Amino acid sequence: MSHPVLEVKNLSVSFGSREGALTAVNDISFHVDRGEVLGLVGESGSGKSVTGLAILGLIDAPGRIGANSSIRLDGQELVGMPEHELRRLRGRKLAMIFQDPMTTLNPVLRIDTQMIEAVTAHENVSERAARARAREALQRVGIPSPDERLLAYPHQFSGGMRQRVAIAIALLHRPALLVADEPTTALDVTIQAQIISEVQELASQTGTAMVWVTHDLSVVAGLADRVAVMYAGRIVEQGSVVDVLERPLHPYAHGLIGSVPSRNKRGSPLAQIPGMTPSLGRLPPGCAFHPRCPRATDICRGEWPEATAYPGGRTARCYHPHLENEVAA
Amino acid sequence: MLVYLIRRIAQAMLVIAVMATLVFFAVYAIGNPIDVLASPQADQIELAAISQRLGLDRPLWEQFGIFVWNALRGDLGTSFVYAEPAAKLILQRLPATFELAFTALAIAVFVGIPLGVYAGLNPDSLGGRSIMGGSILGFSLPNFWQGLMLILIFAVILGWFPAGGRGQTATVLGIESALFTLDGLKHLILPAMNLALFKMALVIRLARAGTREVALQDYVRFARAKGLSRSRIVGVHILKNILIPVVTILGLELGSMIAFAVVTETVFAYPGMGKLLIDSIGRLDRPIVVAYLMMTVVIFVVINLVVDIIYAAIDPRVRLSEVKG
Repeated sequence: MSHPVLEVKNLSVSFGSREGALTAVNDISFHVDRGEVLGLVGESGSGKSVTGLAILGLIDAPGRIGANSSIRLDGQELVGMPEHELRRLRGRKLAMIFQDPMTTLNPVLRIDTQMIEAVTAHENVSERAARARAREALQRVGIPSPDERLLAYPHQFSGGMRQRVAIAIALLHRPALLVADEPTTALDVTIQAQIISEVQELASQTGTAMVWVTHDLSVVAGLADRVAVMYAGRIVEQGSVVDVLERPLHPYAHGLIGSVPSRNKRGSPLAQIPGMTPSLGRLPPGCAFHPRCPRATDICRGEWPEATAYPGGRTARCYHPHLENEVAA
Repeated sequence: MLVYLIRRIAQAMLVIAVMATLVFFAVYAIGNPIDVLASPQADQIELAAISQRLGLDRPLWEQFGIFVWNALRGDLGTSFVYAEPAAKLILQRLPATFELAFTALAIAVFVGIPLGVYAGLNPDSLGGRSIMGGSILGFSLPNFWQGLMLILIFAVILGWFPAGGRGQTATVLGIESALFTLDGLKHLILPAMNLALFKMALVIRLARAGTREVALQDYVRFARAKGLSRSRIVGVHILKNILIPVVTILGLELGSMIAFAVVTETVFAYPGMGKLLIDSIGRLDRPIVVAYLMMTVVIFVVINLVVDIIYAAIDPRVRLSEVKG
């Protein structure tokens, strides 16, 4: 392939407010190759959902995408693209599913209405053909008796079923890229596992690349090829899933992985990162993680460290990385 | 559904009975209709004769008994003034008021909802702000003054529309209405505008608040992520969700527009039910006042029933709970 499916360069997103603009996403760059799954990991407020929305061009005023930002889909620049052209890409080449399946489907419209409109928005087909497509899509995500279910309203479905419907809608046009914004967080564990494996299978069938936004490291471990860890609007570490999860370089990634309960010995206190995620309005100077970082020194209070490349195609933004983990697998 | 319907009708009957009783005694307490009806020169014998003819010489409880007995047989009494059955007099005025109320409702809905949705989608734009400012004006202007100004501007100064009255009527499909003649429509526009302005302001506020809320919902975001056109998102996904509160309020307001278009009808000398009511109260024409208020209760009950049915049509969640209950 000449270029990746998605290439994000220097993306910044800020929200105007009374105390001046808050930068929710600050100068991040990453790319996703064809058929690849990128896990975008971080705590609440780290900017991962905003990144997802920015890719779809769904940042509304007062949000603004920064001047030097570039988002390329198959080489085509999306930043600054007129809304009507962007609309034609959404749902067709670019799709998104959201966190809460209870609220992503319109409660007063039948499932068939919501699926057929998604088909006819991009293809000039008859209603009958569109209905057949919708039926097929429901079947593919494992919804029994799709003909009957098409005539139902969202409130007649369980959460897991609704998320399946949303996934079916998102994959209707075999998009090049699917942005999944914590789609399994609101579901219970068994359903979560089913949905993830189904999405994985469907995406590999359609060759869809994915950006999977989550705070759940176990999901990333099972699903993603590569991981980008976000903190306070920046990507602090990026690399293959094995490298980042097994041998994290950045102290934040290190702490995050150390906080997963199953990794601790039974009976011992849970490991945690001390302190709180900083508010975007009051970011500490320098590396935003330094007040919570066990390895912080004076240099960390000065400027954000630049992204440094490490073997195995990894990058990290840290003055004091865990270099003992540097060796690539 | 049937049980629900029966319960609703029983409730309405009870309200009608209580209403009729209260109004009957209240109007009796206000004053003696004879004083208003008889000519000032009438002597004691004439007064006694009128009193006897109208049945006002009997004790109150007996009058009430006769009223109840007649009402149960469908006779709501005869107007003291017009010497015609009260129900018939009211029904004669009903079409005029219905025309007025429904035209006003149509203006409120078809102008108010688009303006409200626009203001909700563009809350900070000049247009959105102007619409909201205008709606505050619509709320706060006194109805009678606003009516007088409409007459002054559009009837007296500009001369576009007549200042009052109902105008010609025509009969289409057995319905006699002023809606079918140009003259009738011309007469209808100013009073309907006057009646609609307040409701329109209300609809604008509801539609704007609803739109602002719904526009932030995940399902709107998802609809955008599907690549739907803006007109489809606004016209289907948003509109259908904001209609629920709008229908609720409009149902109640339609009832009040029909029953209490009094001010507008008086200002525009419009021969509707409200004008009849005011005249009848002035003349202590008890049968008409009682019959009128009973009719009002019936209208409110019917409208509320229709609103419930419309709900079920808009919101599938209501439909389901109805089946269970």
